[in-house]
Amino acid sequence: MSDADVDRLFQAFSDATRRDIVRRVTVADYSVSGLAALYAMSFAAVQKHVAVLERASLVTKERRGREQIVRGNHEGLQKARRLLDEYEAIWRQRVGRIADMLAEG
Amino acid sequence: MSVISSTKNLEALSFTLVAEFDAGVERVWQVWEDPRQLERWWGPPTWPATFEQFDFEPGGKAAYYMTGPEGEKAGGWWRFIAIQAPNSLEFNDGFADDKGDPVESLGITHATVTLEDTDGRTRMTILSTFESEEQMEQMVQMGMEEGMREAAGQIDAVLAEHARA
Repeated sequence: MSDADVDRLFQAFSDATRRDIVRRVTVADYSVSGLAALYAMSFAAVQKHVAVLERASLVTKERRGREQIVRGNHEGLQKARRLLDEYEAIWRQRVGRIADMLAEG
Repeated sequence: MSVISSTKNLEALSFTLVAEFDAGVERVWQVWEDPRQLERWWGPPTWPATFEQFDFEPGGKAAYYMTGPEGEKAGGWWRFIAIQAPNSLEFNDGFADDKGDPVESLGITHATVTLEDTDGRTRMTILSTFESEEQMEQMVQMGMEEGMREAAGQIDAVLAEHARA
């Protein structure tokens, strides 16, 4: 993961609307206009959010007739999940060391 | 098994871990309150942590570094936000440069630790919230390098045992 990739991911996750869009399109397909109907903002504003997420490889966009369908990008999301998994491993080791210490008295 | 559950929230970049220890709340509180005890578990055996400063009070700062097998050092700092002995502790955790000064660009992890009594045992809940994915990556890279070295050490120990057998 290059610095530029990391910057894009950081930027993508820094906004509540974008996090909500990611959450939704991971479980179901939405059109851009379908997403725009959910938020108190313009179609253009939502389109911009989707573009930011697309650049960060968190969603993909595909034209279907007159609609643009947004889907969660499994690979990009997996990367974020992998980081959390690794963080969990660090804490599990710490907990193991605390338990060992407490057992010593 | 000490760890009972762990929950990851991808969108909120947060992580919750619940563990249970066979010791009273007051005893488990000491592993956080006493820097000499904290040093025994914060870093892995191959990357032990040394706390040089530990002002355990709301607004107080802690400064530490971890020392690697080749003598390399990685610095960090904590800022205590709230302390309610012996039940809860809230602090920010970040990276530091060679002089121990905070490196703001690498971001901050916000941690809340809760200790609860469960019939003489202690349930510890850790909630970590990351500022950004970039910062989570840094955190993990720092921890992972240690973890991998530790795992390698364990494999060596097993191999050595087999060699003797």
